[in-house]
Amino acid sequence: MNIMFAVSSGRYTRANFILPLLIIIQLGLHTVEGVWPLPQAFTSSTERYPLNPQAFYFGYGKQSAAQQGCSVLDTAFKRYFSLIFPDYSSGSTGLETFSQMVYQDDFGSYFVNKTEIEDFPRFQFRGILLDTSRHYLPVQAILKTLDAMAYSKFNVFHWHIVDDPSFPYQSSTFPDLSSKGAFHPMTHIYTQSDVRRVISYARLQGIRVLPEFDSPGHTKSWGKGQSDLLTPCYRGSTPSGTFGPVNPVLPSTYQFMEKLFKEVSSVFPDSYIHLGGDEVNFSCWKSNPDVRAFMQKMGFGADFTKLEAFYIENIVNITSALNKTSIVWQDVFDYHEKIPEDTVLHIWKGLPEVYQTELSRITKAGKRVLLAAPWYINHISYGQDWRNYYTVQPQNFSGTEEQKKLVIGGEVCMWGEYVDATNLNPRLWPRASAAAERLWSDEKQTSSVDSAFPRLQDFRCKLVRRGIQAEPLYVGHCKHEYQGV
Amino acid sequence: MFGSTKKLGLSKSRRTGPSELTELQVWITSPDSECDDYPSVTSDESYELSVDLPFAVLKAPKVWGALHGLETFSQLLYEDEYGAKSVNATTISDFPRFAHRGILLDSSRHFLPIKVILANLETMAMNKFNVFHWHIVDDQSFPYLSRTFPQLSQQGAYHPYTHVYTPADVKMVIEFARLRGIRVIPEFDTPGHTQSWGKGQKDLLTPCYSGSKPSGTFGPINPILNTTYDFMNQFFKEISTVFPDAYVHLGGDEVDFTCWRSNPDIQQFMEQHRFQTRLQLLDIVTTTNKGYMIWQEVFDNGVKLKPDTLIHVWKGNQEQYQNEMANVTSSGYQTLLSTPWYLNRISYGQDWHGYYKADPQDFKGTEEQKKLVIGGEACLWGEYVDATNLTPRLWPRASAVAERLWSAKDVTDINDAFNRLSMHRCRMVERGIPAEPLFSSYCPREYKGI
Repeated sequence: MNIMFAVSSGRYTRANFILPLLIIIQLGLHTVEGVWPLPQAFTSSTERYPLNPQAFYFGYGKQSAAQQGCSVLDTAFKRYFSLIFPDYSSGSTGLETFSQMVYQDDFGSYFVNKTEIEDFPRFQFRGILLDTSRHYLPVQAILKTLDAMAYSKFNVFHWHIVDDPSFPYQSSTFPDLSSKGAFHPMTHIYTQSDVRRVISYARLQGIRVLPEFDSPGHTKSWGKGQSDLLTPCYRGSTPSGTFGPVNPVLPSTYQFMEKLFKEVSSVFPDSYIHLGGDEVNFSCWKSNPDVRAFMQKMGFGADFTKLEAFYIENIVNITSALNKTSIVWQDVFDYHEKIPEDTVLHIWKGLPEVYQTELSRITKAGKRVLLAAPWYINHISYGQDWRNYYTVQPQNFSGTEEQKKLVIGGEVCMWGEYVDATNLNPRLWPRASAAAERLWSDEKQTSSVDSAFPRLQDFRCKLVRRGIQAEPLYVGHCKHEYQGV
Repeated sequence: MFGSTKKLGLSKSRRTGPSELTELQVWITSPDSECDDYPSVTSDESYELSVDLPFAVLKAPKVWGALHGLETFSQLLYEDEYGAKSVNATTISDFPRFAHRGILLDSSRHFLPIKVILANLETMAMNKFNVFHWHIVDDQSFPYLSRTFPQLSQQGAYHPYTHVYTPADVKMVIEFARLRGIRVIPEFDTPGHTQSWGKGQKDLLTPCYSGSKPSGTFGPINPILNTTYDFMNQFFKEISTVFPDAYVHLGGDEVDFTCWRSNPDIQQFMEQHRFQTRLQLLDIVTTTNKGYMIWQEVFDNGVKLKPDTLIHVWKGNQEQYQNEMANVTSSGYQTLLSTPWYLNRISYGQDWHGYYKADPQDFKGTEEQKKLVIGGEACLWGEYVDATNLTPRLWPRASAVAERLWSAKDVTDINDAFNRLSMHRCRMVERGIPAEPLFSSYCPREYKGI
């Protein structure tokens, strides 16, 4: 969406700028500097236009292919009106940018400066992962996260919905999965209606919902409602009573998975699905005599990576037949599995040297990748760690231009071991916004952390004003502080 | 503390069928209940609780013990899956190990709206903390609206109307705290950490020099001008009437001497008065009749202190702070420990373990020395903290400190603590406090406020 204005493009360097900066401040430099993530190209001016909340409106142009009745835009107009005029709250990404440029003076009047913006994202896939298994997240918390994602132009909600500790997804085909596997069968579940709500709320904000049903590891809670799904571990020649990953040798396993993924594919409309495939512990498989026998029969010998590969290939075949493209964690590639060409690999391990090598390897094999490794923002630490997230260079690895194009984007991960609705928002925001700019904006224009700091501080205050409990970057204040607890 | 108290054992059951408990009688057993007083470091906080039929009895010498007993009683209740509440017959006899159990909040690096302060006072009471150490002003902002020197906040606050604590606000905090048995000890940290003071009080701070000319920047409070002491006397006179607690915290930490050294007037003053060391300039003069709390530097730098001064240990690694505790107490001063409890220093994982293990009496010293340790404080400095993240950052990590300061020294089983703390955390959540989780788990009632 183009908004036409003209001005000098400002890039903001420190020293030598005090006098002109002082003058500009007096004139009110509320320009594109206050926008996050940084638009790809912009020109701003100090020419200021007042906005009258009684008179201002969003309208459809005569030549526009979408007109009134387009749900995404109709609801967005309402939403952004309230965001722009917070004192008038009643109740899409160009709108988001425009809303960030509107400011109030000390008397509360609204203004926007003459600006010209042409914008588009650097990467197509800009995601946030939430984990609703380690801790249940009420639907409200998820919807709030979707709001905040839209403000930072994130466009994929990766819903890591089930895992070892709990299975909150209420399946219509297998209701026992949640009635036995959720923390509580009534209060700590996502009904089909909850899921639909999340998906439609996300759609209206331009956000895709990517579900992850992680297997064969990370499945302890699945076994509670589906006996015989998990591998019984053995101590010597007798079962020990504990269970391991999904049992890859039984046909019933694949019959179950087919039915489950058939349901999941129809419930979640996105054309991609995340199958997990990470951190499979082989010791339980090794201990089980039936599994060992199967390995012999298949000619895998003692190489359990072949067994894992066999399992994943079967699952990917199931989802391909359902017309979904699969995303899997990097472990799957590392185990030389035969996976369809269009499978996307999700890189999550290691320091830059390690993940840069992985980026090279996987893109060399012609596969598309998503980068998450540097953005595990559940790993908190004291101080301004947003700077680390900001300075990541997703395409900095040895490879050809073709290879670099295979990096389709990245994801900020908020794993849930230590996170629930009491601390999710301050922990996610504004640290995730640092990654948001890295995924949207031009790398050369956003290379200075020092320049980003005042803009991100400003953006953080905007988030607070909009009701997002974003924590502070450093000492300071917002005009309107968070008034909650 | 959060579930484990000094029990005398379960009592006999005299009834035949399920009978309801309909009354908890409270008996204040000493003639002066102190109901209209402010709590102090010598307050008796002990209580005895007997849950029995025909009625339960809570006995305490003073109201402060009764408050703690009520909290404990509320923690004994449990619900069945239909929501019906029950309590088991119990006998409890309880009192705190340490008399000073505090939380420090910093309202200068970020302004903290009154609501979040009050919500945290409420949570402190649930955890039997009894001191709110209000680090109210510092370099970055001066939100305290002084009636004697209103220009301090006019010029020094982040915003003179929206980011200040009015006299009414302060009164509200003090009374809200009192009703929960919590003392409010303000800290007006000087001579360092005072940049914001200089905005509204010209000539208060030392002008730093670059060679022979003022550089334009300012350093700590100027210790050589009479106007400084006039100001400080008047200012602390107001403070001592506004804040009723017997103690005030004077700060005294991290004084950077370079600005003083650069200033020719100060150099000249020191020559004229033949001061051997600059340290003697750190003579803090007040005319209040309050007891003082000060950070350890003042002791470390050999400043002359009143014998009832309370020294606040905050620096170093474990070995260093243990040595400091030994040194301070062997010099006969009372002391408080904060070093291992800087809760603003977050890290990934269950860091509450470290807070739970630290013990303020863990140092080489005599019994007499150990008696001089009157408690400790969990500190939540505000560089990266404001109302958006304060409460989850403070709780339940501070609860680990709460038990260390209240319960017996040998209550150290970390696994048992984990189980009880998990329940205690869910209880805080149920009461509307966003206390963050310890690990993967769930509460029957999850946090509702988003």
